[in-house]
Amino acid sequence: MKHLSRCAAIVGAAESDLGIVPNKNVFQLQAEAAKKALDECGLKKSDVEAVFSAGPHSYLQTVTIAEYMKITPKYTDSTSIGGSSFEAHIGHAVAGIAAGLFDTALITYGSTQRSDSSRPGSRIERDIFEAPYGMPFPLGGYALAAQRHMSMYGTTSEQLAEVAVAAREWAKLNPNAFKRDPLTIEEVLNSEIIASPLHKLDCCLVTDGGGAIVITSKEKAKQCKTEPIWILGTGETHTHMHISQMDDHTVTGAQTSGKRAYEMAGITPSEIDLVQVYDSFTITVLLQLEDLGFCKKGEGGRFVQNRNIRPGGDFPLNTSGGGLSYCHPGLFGIFLIIEAVRQLRGECGDRQVKNAKTALCNGMGGVLSSSSTVILGRD
Amino acid sequence: MNYPSITHLLNDENKPYFEATKDQKLVIQYCSVCHTHQFYPRVLCMNCFSDAVQWVEASGKGKLYSYSVVKKTFIPEYKDKVPYIVALIDLEEGVRLMSHMVDIDEGDLFVGMEVSVVFREQIGEYKLPQFVPAK
Repeated sequence: MKHLSRCAAIVGAAESDLGIVPNKNVFQLQAEAAKKALDECGLKKSDVEAVFSAGPHSYLQTVTIAEYMKITPKYTDSTSIGGSSFEAHIGHAVAGIAAGLFDTALITYGSTQRSDSSRPGSRIERDIFEAPYGMPFPLGGYALAAQRHMSMYGTTSEQLAEVAVAAREWAKLNPNAFKRDPLTIEEVLNSEIIASPLHKLDCCLVTDGGGAIVITSKEKAKQCKTEPIWILGTGETHTHMHISQMDDHTVTGAQTSGKRAYEMAGITPSEIDLVQVYDSFTITVLLQLEDLGFCKKGEGGRFVQNRNIRPGGDFPLNTSGGGLSYCHPGLFGIFLIIEAVRQLRGECGDRQVKNAKTALCNGMGGVLSSSSTVILGRD
Repeated sequence: MNYPSITHLLNDENKPYFEATKDQKLVIQYCSVCHTHQFYPRVLCMNCFSDAVQWVEASGKGKLYSYSVVKKTFIPEYKDKVPYIVALIDLEEGVRLMSHMVDIDEGDLFVGMEVSVVFREQIGEYKLPQFVPAK
């Protein structure tokens, strides 16, 4: 797998309008982000040979958005595995580029869930064996994992709250973040419990927004205006759809996807300078930090308390403000990548992490169901 | 309490589970080739992929694997039921299922506690399996 490392680069990464965007639809958001991502690297729409998209925005995701942008691809991939879809797309794009099937790929996502006042995922997985018990989806699934983690390892609500507060501290430095007002541990703990042990402020935002990523081959990357951000490693897996079918609620597929990505990249967790992990809920972050090897299983809570994950600290984590404070339009995975690319390029202004050369992004979808890892690096 | 109908979700594969609840029985599948139980029901054994799966009655005993007290919900039919305790139960037979814990205060819940099944609530023409602390 190592031969796939560094054979493709991310050369474009952009958001659309974020937050509350009532006047735009999901296709506008994606197309606007795609144009920005292509413009910044100097590639044209006609260079795009492969399209990737995911999510509930349409029935045939790539088909619909490619028609809207009038692109007729020679490679198409609507792999839709929830929030981690876009990290998986990157792995697939690398494979296609390495195989010589295409040079340039465009990944897009858009959602207007905030303005639509509906979370498409919240009712679609009504299974006959789970639905009668009224578990709020997906929140209840994460609550069950959090309770198990607390019972097994002594993880506390204060430790979970640190994840939300650190995200807010980063968001305060990000002009594009949706929530930038001050937040304290006490405020998280005093926010209402929705499904114990998770409070309202343990949960991600619900916003509108879209994003786009442009990936191209090593050869084409040299012609681009932007600094190439090399794709060093990728990995993906999924373990279950229903939360009752998860084997161990304290262990996610990130162990598997992460291991594969590290092997492909030929590096270890200690060589990662910057981490962007999916923060649908605060517990999601702890589980991934453990599963990706940044601390031992069960120590995620103590890790976020003992290491400093806030701005200026020794473990820069979710530097955009994450899904908890920056934006969360349903599937957050593409925004992990956008932030990592910008950090590695040194474009992040007040929140810029100094001398970051490698970044790890981990998407997670469903109810801890799917996990995809991407490791990025600059020259 | 009224639980929303599940009739539209019934099919030949899952119906035996709910039919058994009418007799206050909890049934799961058993594979006679590899001798494992499984839940939810499938056409094949998910362990050895044999088609020799059959319905058997479970003991109804198990342990609480995890739980969450739902205090606020956006599911319209459940808004009048809060707070209620969503639970994952590991049955003695080695399968896990979602259920409710009832007859217990939130502060008395703990992971690993012994539990047993009860059939009290009506869900359409069926009974809803829930769990109580084992006596």
